[in-house]
Amino acid sequence: MTPARRPRRAFDWSAAVVATLAIASAVFVFVRDGQARFLSILTDDVSLFGSMLPKVLAGCLIGAFVTLLLPRETIAKWVGAESGIWGILVATVAGAILPGGPFTIYPVAGAFLAAGADAGAACAFVISWTLIGYTRAIVWELPFFGLEFVTWRILFSVPLPILAGLAARFAWRLMKPKIIA
Amino acid sequence: MNLAIDIALWAIVVALGTTLFLRDQPSFSDSLTFARREFFALLPRIAIGMIGSGFIAESLPGHLIPSLLGPGTGAAGLALASLAGALTPGGPVVGFAIATAALKSGAGAPQVIAYTIAWALFAIPRVLVFEIPAMPARVVWLRVLVSLPLPFLAAWAAILTGKP
Repeated sequence: MTPARRPRRAFDWSAAVVATLAIASAVFVFVRDGQARFLSILTDDVSLFGSMLPKVLAGCLIGAFVTLLLPRETIAKWVGAESGIWGILVATVAGAILPGGPFTIYPVAGAFLAAGADAGAACAFVISWTLIGYTRAIVWELPFFGLEFVTWRILFSVPLPILAGLAARFAWRLMKPKIIA
Repeated sequence: MNLAIDIALWAIVVALGTTLFLRDQPSFSDSLTFARREFFALLPRIAIGMIGSGFIAESLPGHLIPSLLGPGTGAAGLALASLAGALTPGGPVVGFAIATAALKSGAGAPQVIAYTIAWALFAIPRVLVFEIPAMPARVVWLRVLVSLPLPFLAAWAAILTGKP
């Protein structure tokens, strides 16, 4: 009972847009700043890419395991379309505590959607990770801004995934009849 | 810290994997196949996104942004800050680096909060490269749509409380 999902292409128009942008920028930097600067950026980015790989793999594995461990009915009950505000809260907390980067969070959200979570919960989950996820704040944000700024920024952000999740669920219900028709 | 996150993530992987293996071995091997396929499908995009973002950031006029985020710029300033955030490429540090530079050169805290949150929510390359392939596109656009007011809400909270 592998979760059924549309087959995914490794390269499509959205990747092509970013690839074009990246290549154009790389050429621009090379011409403007010379080879040394070009190589230093390239080395930094490649090492960053290398350090992300274990997180990507972990995200894919967590997504695959969770969807098989949790029966569809359980996921639907906790974070499905009928889960009410409680489902949005569960998704918000899950997004805030799941460690890892966007490469972890998006595959997990995709897996939950395929397994019966509703769009509102998925939105709350992704937005919660984005705005109040602690790993991102500690590793990347804190060194730049310091404790006070980050604490306030996060406090102001706490209600946002809940509001957006409820709005998304409401909008999804409005959209749905059109999709079926 | 990066190592601690990897350890936490892999502890979750091992715990979930062991539970599934003990419960249902065929499902376990199915899920490994599935995860492997997923991983290799995401790999080229992540390579493009991560390796490209440094060059994209380097060629952007990042030094212009601080002057756009002054403390007295009002709602228009917040909208501009949000737009600038959306146009800043993803990657873990680009937006934070620009925002800190802005803060140091006298930008308003609410504007910087709007910028940071918009960048976190909408960085367009990140949405295109990572989010669209991993989730149904309709849900992603819905996610973007309901997120539009969020930079403003956070900035207004900052204005009302006078913090940080």
